[in-house]
Amino acid sequence: MTTTELWCDRCGDPVPAGTAHPGCASARALEPPRYCHHCRRRMKVQVLPVGWSAVCVEHGEIRG
Amino acid sequence: MPEILDQARTQVLGDGVGLDEAGVLAVLNLPDEHLPAALQLAHDVRMRWCGPEVEVEGIVSLKTGGCPEDCHFCSQSGLFTSPVRSVWLDIPSLVEAAKQTAKTGATEFCIVAAVRGPDDRLMKQMREGVAAIKAEVDIQVAASLGMLSQEQVDDLVDMGVHRYNHNLETCRSYFPNVVTTHSWEERWETLRMVRDSGMEVCCGGILGLGETVEQRAEFAAQLAELNPHEVPLNFLNPRPGTPLGDRPVVEGKDALRAIAAFRLAMPRTILRYAGGREITLGDLGTRDGLLGGINAVIVGNYLTTLGRPATADLDLLDELKMPVKALSATL
Ligand code: SF4
Ligand SMILES: [Zn+2]
Ligand SMILES: [Zn+2]
Repeated sequence: MTTTELWCDRCGDPVPAGTAHPGCASARALEPPRYCHHCRRRMKVQVLPVGWSAVCVEHGEIRG
Repeated sequence: MPEILDQARTQVLGDGVGLDEAGVLAVLNLPDEHLPAALQLAHDVRMRWCGPEVEVEGIVSLKTGGCPEDCHFCSQSGLFTSPVRSVWLDIPSLVEAAKQTAKTGATEFCIVAAVRGPDDRLMKQMREGVAAIKAEVDIQVAASLGMLSQEQVDDLVDMGVHRYNHNLETCRSYFPNVVTTHSWEERWETLRMVRDSGMEVCCGGILGLGETVEQRAEFAAQLAELNPHEVPLNFLNPRPGTPLGDRPVVEGKDALRAIAAFRLAMPRTILRYAGGREITLGDLGTRDGLLGGINAVIVGNYLTTLGRPATADLDLLDELKMPVKALSATL
């Protein structure tokens, strides 16, 4: 993993670190992440009535 | 005032008899300048035949993704390149979700699974899950598990599931364009069994799948014939990787016209704002819909996408002086 390129957590395409795809960023207001930002693996995502959790086998769980 | 609204005032508001397919089509074709009058009439119909209460519901996905069916709008089909992965919710988390839902004042908690129909594992999870919720949470449990056998219908009744959701999704004539792995008639058969079992029938669909206005009217008429206790109205939220992923969202005014028209077709049903309202209508749309025939909402998140915070909807109901339907009133 480099520190200059990461992955968009919505579409899985590359994004330079510290930036986001504008369309994906706005869609993410009403969607949980689907791809791990660090490794691009598809995460196991559980949406709950309040909040969500997303698990990458390599990088662990994030919640929102 | 357009003739169709005069007719609806007498027939629907006055006598409680819903518009037929031609009447619904006339409402769907009303020019923009008559939309406020149509929404006002639909609101009056809802207030007269349903009352001011709003039924609040939360939903949760017990089994997400990996579905063998090919509903072209659905990110949970395993047949598309959607990024949604298969995942099961454990029982403690299910009970916690029911508690969170009950805290909002919701009286309905719907457990949903992305399946063609339940297998033994899912029915076992349901039996344990529903029992655990009933032991700990004061809320009515509904379910949406796809197509059922008669035995499964009986089992759900036995568990104390009081309402079953099974959407026809779209009209009969358009359904084969949206789903090829099962038929509209198979869905209808499940609905018939649910109805005969005494469970409440919840059946709606999604607008914006590419159906014509005529087919929207056909759908309203077919739902009216089924006469469900509840009709959830979704608006397509195009999901990446699905065959309908590039479709445009329904235009806000068309969505509101549809809300008014569906209310005028079904004066007594619980007409619920379900998925896609945030995308199609934005924050203001929730208000317009609640003043145009809607009398139920899903609060909080959906199955794979997120909703507005429940408090935003509850504050709005407060402002509109629409009381949240109480549990005692629904039992
Ligand atoms: S049956 Fe349900 S979960 Fe499966 S693809 Fe169709 S809508 Fe999605
Ligand atoms: Zn992206
Ligand atoms: Zn990762």
